[in-house]
Amino acid sequence: MIVASPKPMEEIIDTVKDCKKLLILGCNECVTVCEAGGKKEVGVLASALRMYFAKQGRQIQIDERTLERQCDHEYLEEIRDIADTYDAILSLACGVGVQFTAEKYLATVVLPGVNTCFLGATEERGLWTERCQACGACVLAKTGGICPVSRCAKRVLNGPCGGSTNGKCEISKEVDCAWQLIVDRLTALGKMDEYEQIAPLKDWSTDRAGGPRKVVKEDVQS
Amino acid sequence: MSLNTESKLEKILKAGHLAVTSECGPPRGTSLDKIEEKANLIKDCVDAINVTDNQTSVTRMCSLAACIKIKLMGLEPVLQMVTRDRNRIAMQSDILGAAAFGVNNMLCLSGDHQSFGDCATGQNVHDLDSMQLVQTVRHMRDEGKFLGGGDIAGPPKIFVGAAANPFADPFEVRVPRLAKKIAAGAEFIQTQCIYNVEKFEKWLEIARDRGLTEKVFILAGVTPMKSAGMARYMKNRVPGMDVPDEIVKRLSDTPKEKQADEGIKICIETMQRLKEVKGVAGFHVMAIEWEEKVPELVEGAGLYPRPEVD
Repeated sequence: MIVASPKPMEEIIDTVKDCKKLLILGCNECVTVCEAGGKKEVGVLASALRMYFAKQGRQIQIDERTLERQCDHEYLEEIRDIADTYDAILSLACGVGVQFTAEKYLATVVLPGVNTCFLGATEERGLWTERCQACGACVLAKTGGICPVSRCAKRVLNGPCGGSTNGKCEISKEVDCAWQLIVDRLTALGKMDEYEQIAPLKDWSTDRAGGPRKVVKEDVQS
Repeated sequence: MSLNTESKLEKILKAGHLAVTSECGPPRGTSLDKIEEKANLIKDCVDAINVTDNQTSVTRMCSLAACIKIKLMGLEPVLQMVTRDRNRIAMQSDILGAAAFGVNNMLCLSGDHQSFGDCATGQNVHDLDSMQLVQTVRHMRDEGKFLGGGDIAGPPKIFVGAAANPFADPFEVRVPRLAKKIAAGAEFIQTQCIYNVEKFEKWLEIARDRGLTEKVFILAGVTPMKSAGMARYMKNRVPGMDVPDEIVKRLSDTPKEKQADEGIKICIETMQRLKEVKGVAGFHVMAIEWEEKVPELVEGAGLYPRPEVD
């Protein structure tokens, strides 16, 4: 899923401070799972903002709404009738949702309430970690199912580099060395002979290097 | 053995001599005087001089400019190039520029992560990794082609090196990784600083058993300790560094004013011991901001005077 984290309160206050009527718009998908922008977080943020502006002696109407998805036309249509009645929509969806909302409601200011961080998984309650950078050309078949592009700080395809120490990355003793994990897994799978095959130069044109990407599936297009 | 390049380092190694290289870090400014000064301190006791590439990710004068300066002094530079800061266009371009000025040697590295340096908020590139950079230089030299397939007018005749760290983890892949670098085209290897001599010898023995020391010239990396404090710092803070407790203790047990001398002594002892080990083709002496000590180290190890080659 897409993992996001809430923007600092001061930054949010700064972006909405001139509004008189604000809609905080949550999303029921990834940001709900990573507890950054679901219905619960919409409520908490709305309360916090109301308290802040009340203390400032400011009158500001803050409404709450959470859609099933913000990256889907169908659900975004649900706010068609009310979108332009707000000075701004503070979207707690990922960057995709923020943009899709903005594209749909051209005349309304749409602001991000979270920082979109990475594609990751829930390791435990309250801990999400990165697993994928959507490079567009998956190498996991060659690396024991562990991604060096997203999990090695230097995205080394023929690792580990010389900074791997006690299973940890040179950047931090808190970060696993992806290549230690790869070697451990290849060993467990009895596939260490594959380790000595040199990974060729990667085609990054499917990554962000190639410009904005799209996936087309003609057989399902209407 | 036939020569692939005009490199003095290649000639020395292929003539069967133990080679000696050292390094200069470019200045944090525009003056070439520092480079000249450092190069002059070591020129008579080394065969080639590595020029580091924004080491520890701290921004400095570019390695290529400093290499050209050293070349113009009539000396033999080794261009260090990290994959952190350049994409494949920039790297191929710099390789051509280096060769154009007669820089005959390169050491291909991935580079320390930028979080260690003065631009921790910067982007890193890593379009290629160090092994793929080795492949790239060899491809350009031997096939006379760019990565994109076009012909190079005057391919770069560069002797290609890579680094090896026998002390990084996991140990069991350190020799296979060396084998990969050789397969990628590395002709010489400069190792991480050796303090744990037993571990290095074990690594080398495994490499020797696989016949790898017949395929590549391994220069053992050494760095003299200036103090017990430096030894502790290297042991605890520098990733991929293996400093045994007895080295720290030996320096700690030495009075402070004599610790630097003791550090030099330890370094010379390491070189003397490794000189006799089969598979060691020479030494890479990294006296960090202590270049004036390189002659003493090389002489102490019995590696002076340096051999003459045509």
